[in-house]
Amino acid sequence: MNTALSWIKAYVPDLTCTDQEYMDAMTLSGTKVEGYEKLDKNLEKIVVGQIKKIEKHPDADKLIVCQVDIGSEVIQIVTGAPNVKEGDKVPVVLDGGKVAGGHDGGPMPEEGIEIKAGKLRGVPSNGMMCSIEELGSSRDMYPEAPEFGIYIFEDDVEVGADAVEALGLRDTVFEYEVTSNRVDCYSVIGIAREAAATFRKPFVLPEVTLKGNEEKAEDYISVEVQDMDLCPRYCARVCKNIKIGPSPKWMQRRLAASGIRPINNLVDITNYVMEEYGQPMHAYDLSTIAGNKIIVRRAKNGDVFQTLDGQERKLDSDVLMICDAEKEVGIAGIMGGENSKITDDVTTVLFEAATFNGANIRKSAKRVGLRTDASGKFEKGLDPHNAEAAINRACQLIEELGCGEVVSGMVDVHGELKEKVVLPYEPAYYNNLLGTAVSEQEMQDIFKRIEVEYDAAAGTLTVPTFRQDILRQCDIAEEVARFYGYDKIPTTLPNGEATTGKLPFKLRIEQKARDVAEYCGFSQGMCYSFESPKVFDKLLLPADDQARQVVTIANPLGEDFSIMRTLPLNGMLTSLSTNFNRRNKDVRLYELGNIYLPKSLPLTELPEERMQFTLGMYGEGDFFTMKGVLEEFFESIGMKKKPVYDPKAGRPYLHPGRQANVSYADTLIGYLGEVHPEVCDNYAIKSRVYVAVIDIPAILPLATFDRKYEGIAKYPAVLRDISMVVPKKVMAGEIEAIIAQRGGKILEEYRLFDIYEGDQIKEGFKSMAYSITFRAKDKTLEEADVTSAMKKILNGLEGMGIELRS
Amino acid sequence: MKEKLEQIKAEALRQIENSDALERLNEIRVNYLGKKGELTAVLKSMKDVAPEDRPKVGQLVNETREEIEKVLESSVKKMERAIRETRLKTEVIDVTLPAKKERVGHRHPNTIALEEVERIFIGMGYEVVEGPDVEKDYYNFEALNIPADHPAKDEQDTFYITGDILLRTQTSSTQVHEMEKGKLPIRMIAPGRVFRSDEVDATHSPSFHQIEGLVIDKHITFADLKGTLAEFARELFGEDTKVKFRPHHFPFTEPSAEMDVTCFKCGGKGCRFCKGEGWIEILGCGMVHPHVLEMSGIDPEQYTGFAFGVGLERIALLKYEIDDMRLLYENDIRFLKQF
Repeated sequence: MNTALSWIKAYVPDLTCTDQEYMDAMTLSGTKVEGYEKLDKNLEKIVVGQIKKIEKHPDADKLIVCQVDIGSEVIQIVTGAPNVKEGDKVPVVLDGGKVAGGHDGGPMPEEGIEIKAGKLRGVPSNGMMCSIEELGSSRDMYPEAPEFGIYIFEDDVEVGADAVEALGLRDTVFEYEVTSNRVDCYSVIGIAREAAATFRKPFVLPEVTLKGNEEKAEDYISVEVQDMDLCPRYCARVCKNIKIGPSPKWMQRRLAASGIRPINNLVDITNYVMEEYGQPMHAYDLSTIAGNKIIVRRAKNGDVFQTLDGQERKLDSDVLMICDAEKEVGIAGIMGGENSKITDDVTTVLFEAATFNGANIRKSAKRVGLRTDASGKFEKGLDPHNAEAAINRACQLIEELGCGEVVSGMVDVHGELKEKVVLPYEPAYYNNLLGTAVSEQEMQDIFKRIEVEYDAAAGTLTVPTFRQDILRQCDIAEEVARFYGYDKIPTTLPNGEATTGKLPFKLRIEQKARDVAEYCGFSQGMCYSFESPKVFDKLLLPADDQARQVVTIANPLGEDFSIMRTLPLNGMLTSLSTNFNRRNKDVRLYELGNIYLPKSLPLTELPEERMQFTLGMYGEGDFFTMKGVLEEFFESIGMKKKPVYDPKAGRPYLHPGRQANVSYADTLIGYLGEVHPEVCDNYAIKSRVYVAVIDIPAILPLATFDRKYEGIAKYPAVLRDISMVVPKKVMAGEIEAIIAQRGGKILEEYRLFDIYEGDQIKEGFKSMAYSITFRAKDKTLEEADVTSAMKKILNGLEGMGIELRS
Repeated sequence: MKEKLEQIKAEALRQIENSDALERLNEIRVNYLGKKGELTAVLKSMKDVAPEDRPKVGQLVNETREEIEKVLESSVKKMERAIRETRLKTEVIDVTLPAKKERVGHRHPNTIALEEVERIFIGMGYEVVEGPDVEKDYYNFEALNIPADHPAKDEQDTFYITGDILLRTQTSSTQVHEMEKGKLPIRMIAPGRVFRSDEVDATHSPSFHQIEGLVIDKHITFADLKGTLAEFARELFGEDTKVKFRPHHFPFTEPSAEMDVTCFKCGGKGCRFCKGEGWIEILGCGMVHPHVLEMSGIDPEQYTGFAFGVGLERIALLKYEIDDMRLLYENDIRFLKQF
C-alpha cells in the first residue's frame, strides 16, 4: 500500500519527523515500511512565473522568447513549447536549478538534470519553463496537464511562490507492507492510527457531518439479502442531482500518490473513501436498477455476466451477486456490471458499502478470474462497522464537493453485528510471556494509544471492532511488546531442564555417506523431488514396472514437475548430462534425497519416503571404482562383512552385462552398474556412465558406529599363491566363496592379484591368481595346518571345473 | 710383538686416512678387526707367547683394536655426514611444481550451511528431527492455526496430491509431530525440503529447504527467543553481528517477529549488498500461539515456547554470495567445486 505522508499527517497533525525516522519507527512498531519516494527529488530552484510578453525568436520559427515575472524580477526564457500564452502562470526552473526528468517522460536520471542559463540560437535564456514530466510526475497524477508542453497553473497561485509546493510535490510517498492479520491497516486511517500510537501524538479522525435532504433513502431503494452468511452487512444510500466533473486537486493528488488515477468526482470519491477507510464502495446508476430493489443472492450455475470492463464472466452458485428486481447488476465485492455502470449522464446514484465473507470473495475472484482492488480488500474479511462510517463519509464528500444532493437516511441490512471482544486485564501474563517488567501504567498508556479500553473496576480490556486480530491474551501481549519496543525487550537464554543436543542415527549415517563420497572425489548435487512421467520411458522401464506407480501432484507447475520421483536416477543423469553438455571432464556427483513410494493408489495415506544415496560418474573410473566407493562407505559405517553382488539385477536402465544388486547379510541394500547405452543416448551423454544407489533405510539396521579392538597379530603369517585356469562363466565371487568357506579359522585374507583372458589361455577360459594368507591367533602355523586348509580349498575349486596351474 | 702391533696400527690408520668410500672403510674393518683379520691373527698367535707375557700382550692387542675401532668409527661418521651433506645439496626440488592431489569432492553449499546451523543448535542442546515431505493438510495448516479459509492455503501456493495430502509448504509441520509426542520439554530443529508453487527463476524455486526450530518448556519468554536467536546469528555470521527484531505476523506464533542481522558485508553501514539498509532479513519467529499448543495437547497455562523458521537457501545465497538460486539445483561441477 502506497500513501503520501501528507495524507497521514491530515489525521496526525502533530506528527513531525524526518522520512527516515518515520520509516524506522513505523517498521519497529509493526507497520513495515518497504521504502519511500520523495516527490520533490531533484526539483531545485523552481518557482511560479507569469509570462508577461511573448515574442518570436528572430532566427528560429519554432522558438519563442518570453519575458517571465518570477516575483523578484523579470527574466527572459526561450522555449519551444507550443501551449503558452501571455498571462499564463507556469513552473520556472531558474539558472542553477534542477529538474527530475526530460520532457518526454522517459526514465529519470538518478541525479536529475541541471539547468543553466545560456543562449538558444543566439538569444539568451535564463531558465526553463517545465512540463509535468520534467517535474518528475505524469498526466496520470495531473490530468489537467497538457499532453505536450508546459504545465499551466490555475490563476490562484502566487507569482514567485515555490512551484513544487504549489503542485503538492513537497511530499513523500511511503510504501507499506501490511500483514494479513491487520485488515484495518489497509487504509490511510488505519496507518495514521498506528503512526499516532507510535509517535505518541493525538489521532484525529475526519469529522463526518452530513446534512441530507428532506427525502428518505427507503423511498428510493429497498434491500434484501438472501445469503446473510456471505453478506453480513449491506448499507445503501442515495444521492441525486449528480453533477459529474473533476474532483478537487487535493483529492486528485492524494489518489495519484496512492497509485490511483483520478477520473471524475464520483469515481474519485468512492476510491478516496476506499483508501481512507479501507472500505470498497460501489456506485450504481439508480435509473438502471429495476424495481428500485437490491437483492443479494448466489448466482446460478452456468450464468454469464458482463462486468463493467466489458468482459463476459462465467458464474456458479458459489458466486455472490448483487441483483435488482429483474437481473444481476454486479458480482458482489469484485466488480459491478456493464448494465448498471455510471455514465456521464447519471443523475441519481445508489451507493453500496457492504461486507462480504472474505474466503468466499477470494475463491469467487479466483474462479471468475478477476481480482480487483475491491476484492483484494474484501477477501481479508472487513469490519461490518466500518461500512456505515465509510458510506456516510462518501455522502459527506458528495455534499462538500458540490457533486450532488444526499438523500437522508441509509438502508441498512445486517444480521447480528459482531460484539467488541472483552478480555481480562492480566499484566503479569503479558510480562511473563515477554520476559519484561513493563509497568502497569505504561501498559495502560499503550492501551489508550491503540484505543483498547481499560476498565479498572471490572479489570477488563475492551477491544475496538476494527482490531479483528486481537482475540486472546497473547494478542494483547503483542500490542504491549510492539509499543514498549521489541528492541527494549531483554535478551536471555532459556533456563530450565537441560537437554542433550542430538543428531539422530540416520542423519549420522548420511553424514558418513557424504564424507566417504567426497573423499572418493564425488561432489554433492541436489535435485528436485518432482519430475516428468516421461522419465520412465527415458529409463526404459516397461509399462508394468512398479516404479511407474507414482504420487501425482494435482496442481503441478507443469508436466515436467508433476510426479514425485520413485527412482533417483533421472535427477542424477540429468545433472551428469548438464555437465557433459558443458564439456566438464571426469564428473563425479552424489545426491542424498528422498524417493516417494505410494502404499496404495489413489493415495489414501502418506507415501513411504526413502532416502537414497545415489552416486553417478563419467570419465575416469569404471564399475569397480564405483564398487570401491560403496565398500568404503559400508566399512565406514561398520558393515565389515563382504557384500554380495548379484549380476541378475534385471534393471532395464543398466547395461545387461554390467549391473549388480548389492546385498548385505541377506538384505537387498542397493544396486550399481554401467548405465545402458540407450539411456545414455536419451540423456545425451556420449560417455560410459556408472551409477550406484544405496537405500539408506535398508542399511540402518545393518550399520553401527560400535568399534572393538581385535588385537594386532603376534604370530607370523603364511602366504600361498594359487594360479588357476577358470571357465569364463565362473565368477570371482564364486571362487572367493569357496576360499572363504573352506579356508577355516586360520584364513586371514585372500586377494585376486592377476586376471587374464587371451592368447595363451584356451577358448572359454580365463586365468586367475589369488594370494591367500593364513595366520593363527595363538601360535605359529605349522606346514600341516596350511596344507590341510589349502587342500580343502583346491578340492572345492576343482569341483567347479577349475584347473590348477603349478 | 709390540712392534708388530704398532705396525699394524700404523698401517690401518693410514689406510683409514686414505679411504674415500664407506665400502672401503668396511673392508678395512673386516681386514683388521674381522674374524680373519690381522688383529685376530695376532691373538691366535698368542700360543707362541710365554704364558706370563700373555696378559700384557692381550691388553696390547685390545688397546690397538680399540684405537683402530675408534678412528674407524669417527671416519665412518665423518664420511656419512659428508655424504648426507652432498645429498642435501644436490637433492633440490622445484617446490612450485604442481601438487599431486587426491581428487576430493565437495559438499553442496546448502549442506555446508545446514551443518553449520545444526552444529550451533546441537551445541545449545537441541535435537535434530525430521518430518515427512509429503504431509497431511492437518499438520501443514490446521494444527498451525491456518484453518480452511486462510489465504495461505490458496492453491496457488500449495502443491496438493489429494484434498487432504499435500507437499509441505513449511517445516513447521514437524513442530506439530514433535509436540504430539507429548515429551516435554522440547528443544528441536527440523531441517527439510519444502515446496511452493513458484516458477523457477533467480530468486525462486518450487522446492527449497527450511530449518524449523522449536523450544517448549515452562517459563519460556520472548526474551529467551531474542537471546537464543541473537546467539545463533553471532555464531553463524560472526561475533560482531547485531540483530534487530521487527513485529510481524504468522498464524502460529503470537507475538511474532522477523529478525534482521547487520549486513555481514558492510557491518551495517549500508552497501549495495544490503541495498543500503545495513540490515538483512534472515528469519521469522515468535512465541508459539497458545491455540497451537492446545491443539497438540499441551497446556498453554503451564507451558510456553518459541519457534523460528530459517530459509536454508537464503542463508547459503547470502553467506556465499551466490546470485542465482538456479545454480543450487543445476549441479554444475564448476559451481560445486567452489565450496
